[in-house]
Amino acid sequence: MNEFFQKAIDLIQIYWPMFLRGAWTTLYISIIGTVSGFIIGLLMGIIRTIPGSKKKGSIKGFLLKIINFLISAYVEIFRGTPMIVQAMVIYYGIPIVTGYQLDKFAAAMFIVAVNTGAYMSEIVRGGIVSIDKGQFEAAHAIGMNHVQTMVHVVLPQVIRNILPATGNEFVINIKDTSVLNVIAVTELFYNTNSIASSNYLYFQAFLIASVIYFVMTFTITRILRFIERKIDGPSNYVILDNQKPSVKGEVMGSGHNQVSLPKKGGTK
Amino acid sequence: MSEVISVSHLSKSFGDHHVLRDIDFTVNKGEVVCIIGSSGSGKSTLLRCLNLLEQPSGGEIYYKGQSILQDKHNLQEYCTKMGMVFQQFNLFNNHNVLNNCLIGQTTVLKRSKEEATNVTMKYLDVVGMSQYINAKPSQLSGGQKQRVAIARALSMEPDVILFDEPTSALDPEMVGEVLKVMKDLAETGLTMLVVTHEMGFAREVADRVVFMDQGVIVEEGTPEEIFENPKEGRTKEFLKRV
Repeated sequence: MNEFFQKAIDLIQIYWPMFLRGAWTTLYISIIGTVSGFIIGLLMGIIRTIPGSKKKGSIKGFLLKIINFLISAYVEIFRGTPMIVQAMVIYYGIPIVTGYQLDKFAAAMFIVAVNTGAYMSEIVRGGIVSIDKGQFEAAHAIGMNHVQTMVHVVLPQVIRNILPATGNEFVINIKDTSVLNVIAVTELFYNTNSIASSNYLYFQAFLIASVIYFVMTFTITRILRFIERKIDGPSNYVILDNQKPSVKGEVMGSGHNQVSLPKKGGTK
Repeated sequence: MSEVISVSHLSKSFGDHHVLRDIDFTVNKGEVVCIIGSSGSGKSTLLRCLNLLEQPSGGEIYYKGQSILQDKHNLQEYCTKMGMVFQQFNLFNNHNVLNNCLIGQTTVLKRSKEEATNVTMKYLDVVGMSQYINAKPSQLSGGQKQRVAIARALSMEPDVILFDEPTSALDPEMVGEVLKVMKDLAETGLTMLVVTHEMGFAREVADRVVFMDQGVIVEEGTPEEIFENPKEGRTKEFLKRV
């Protein structure tokens, strides 16, 4: 047993820069992939909920149908095939089709982004559908167009609601970037595998890797929880005793027990 | 008196279900018109058609003499001229009271934040909610929410405010505070179109009362005419029941 740990410690002492480099690569591919995927998902959500034209046979309605079909095709294809297969097809396919050799890190981020984007599109769509219809109607009633409604009213609420699901995607991405070793991206799995095979210490090396993976995922989920709480804001609000929007007055508890009419000049 | 909205032969059907049939009526500037009638008579649908929340199936809406359904380019501007207060308040959940009133002004009317804040504070004062600008909608009572919703509509400085059963979702004790605000507004000369079940309010505040039944306007007239001497049998029957 002692010998086992000694070997693990030796591995860390010798190879820690390689472990760290791998972890860093994993992390930045996941972050860029998830954030881009999130943005793709939001854009798809905005486009997919554009209200159809009321007139039959209009150009706008026709275009929307085509775009919606393309988006559905994108979502279904990328959701329906394994990322490891997509990695092979994209990395080896793009040079053949376009004649341009893609950098493997760029390819890695692209693959994670479009993959996450496909899942996020559905998550965002679900989030938009779950927003009360009254929010859309109120925005329409004050003259907002679709994009204004989305940006100022709907998406902020959607983003709050889908943060837990986004956290899932993030964690999945940190773990699933390991499949990118098939296109020789030197992320944590790839580096660990090199270390393990050159020393014949598979158990020790991958035990270290699993600890690093766990630390990364756990940190990310904690950070997202923190962001959720930030968005929720304080549960109290301040009643002003003057008419200026300054922060003065006393902090109230929940507003629900406030049924009395506030008189001008301040009810405290 | 000048016409603000004029509706001619308006109809709306959902599939085979004809909700509105051949509606003709006008709203003049400064007038308070109350629409009464039993549930399902098409009152709310009529209001929603005026704000284009529902696309009318036929007929025409004129805004200051201009056809709305024909030339579609100024629809957004038209919507800003029609304020709307909903039964379920529909305050923006992600914004506090102040921003609920600001957001339309800054994004749609392109007012500066400073100007919009001044306008907002003026109207929040009118509805007695200026102390609560930092509160989120979820922290307010129903009556407070509805008063903020009224301030939000006022902040856009529309020509007409449409009220869609503004007190129906409120506890009885909160109905009074909202009706009082509406009464005050009526006295300032604001043009209001109110769908309501509050007969007392209609009788006291309205310049004109419209009674609807089964998708048609059965009778319209001054509150005295409708409440004291209804001509139509259906109106009499409805008023007897409420």
